[in-house]
Amino acid sequence: MSVAIVDYAAGNRTSVQNALRFLGADFTVASEPAALLDAERVIFPGVGEARAAMDDLARRGMDAALRAVSAEGRPLLGICIGAQVLLQYSAERDTTCLGLVRGRTVAFPEPSPGDGMKVPHMGWNQVRQDRVHPLFDGIRDGGSFYFVHSFYPCPDDDSLVLGSTEYGVRFASVYAAGNLAAVQFHAEKSGRNGLRLLANFLEWDGA
Amino acid sequence: MLERRVIVCLDVRDGRTTKGVRFVDNEDVGDPVAMARTYYEQGVDELVFYDITASAERRGIMLEVVRAVAAQVFIPFAVGGGIGSLEQMQAVLLAGAEKVSVNSPAVRNPRLIAEGAAAFGRQCMVLGMDAKRDPAMPSGYRVYIDGLRTATDLDALEWGQRAVELGAGEVVLNAIDTDGTQAGYELTVTRMLADRLPVPVVASGGAGSVEHVAEVLTDGHADAALVASIVHYGTCTVGDIKEHLAACGVPVRRE
Repeated sequence: MSVAIVDYAAGNRTSVQNALRFLGADFTVASEPAALLDAERVIFPGVGEARAAMDDLARRGMDAALRAVSAEGRPLLGICIGAQVLLQYSAERDTTCLGLVRGRTVAFPEPSPGDGMKVPHMGWNQVRQDRVHPLFDGIRDGGSFYFVHSFYPCPDDDSLVLGSTEYGVRFASVYAAGNLAAVQFHAEKSGRNGLRLLANFLEWDGA
Repeated sequence: MLERRVIVCLDVRDGRTTKGVRFVDNEDVGDPVAMARTYYEQGVDELVFYDITASAERRGIMLEVVRAVAAQVFIPFAVGGGIGSLEQMQAVLLAGAEKVSVNSPAVRNPRLIAEGAAAFGRQCMVLGMDAKRDPAMPSGYRVYIDGLRTATDLDALEWGQRAVELGAGEVVLNAIDTDGTQAGYELTVTRMLADRLPVPVVASGGAGSVEHVAEVLTDGHADAALVASIVHYGTCTVGDIKEHLAACGVPVRRE
């Protein structure tokens, strides 16, 4: 069972590698399309911003490679920026994204003084499990995960939303479309809950 | 709802923590990695490591500590202490830290904050600020650097605002007047910065009990509370703090 971690300019692969190593997973780091060919499943992490992420993916030909993974039905997990650029568009610097799932990434409203809604949304927040899904096995409804982001994903189809989080607005913190799953939080930095979710992804058949 | 964070701070010199621990049985007391793992298991939300190693040649030891912590502890952590260049920031982040904390070098060269934010994102950039009450300053608080040895001309609120404009994504505010007293955090300056800055403010300096932590997260309006001695010397555990906060109605992470 091999997992490929997509390595690119916006990737935060050190932490993901550490988590997979801790879980005893057999993984490779993929910085070029060929490295994704043999992977049974793909983790697509990210920090930073959408435009830089898309530019770097395109430069490496990784955008096409990720489309192939999607089309072939292999399980893929997008994390943070990875979860955002699976959609069609990001309002962050008006960026056209991969378009593997219908929807867009939008900004949190500008904070007003004293409302406590500081941006970026940074810290631990709860994920309400709106749908039953193998990714949530062994994780309690309302469990906490670690978030760092100023934009959030909005899939067009509400039925894709598996989990949601409240921060001024209620947004999709976990969604899945067929073999593509996405989490806005950093599962690799979310303590036991995050490790369990990653372990669940490693077992998931993508259905 | 966003939870209030409890952050444990570890001072590290030459790869060893400078404050002992009573609670760690069967562990190498003074080993920052073992201590980090213990606090992680107790449910701490975040960790900060301050490298107080004197000589530049021994800095490599800190990167080894960072790598070892990142391999075993799956929560965010920051590294600070003498970080004065993009290269140093990058080394710490690549070793597995989430954030870098800059203090004196950022006062001397504020562009460091802007450059770090541009290169790594503002969520990585933490401003560490040591502030002391001073009626001569507009906000009533003056910024000190070099481990409190040097008074600057900077007003605490103005410097905080400027640092955020430059790209700081969080401010750790250490109140010199209460630091080390264990008599409670300095609520006035904490509240002022927490209310006025559009980024999270972490209160530091003065925690002596679980009640103090609750106080700074409610009356003090802090987004997070940094603790050191009370957990290192066994006054309470991170679990005790969380339990008290939950009892006070403060939203905290309980997995």
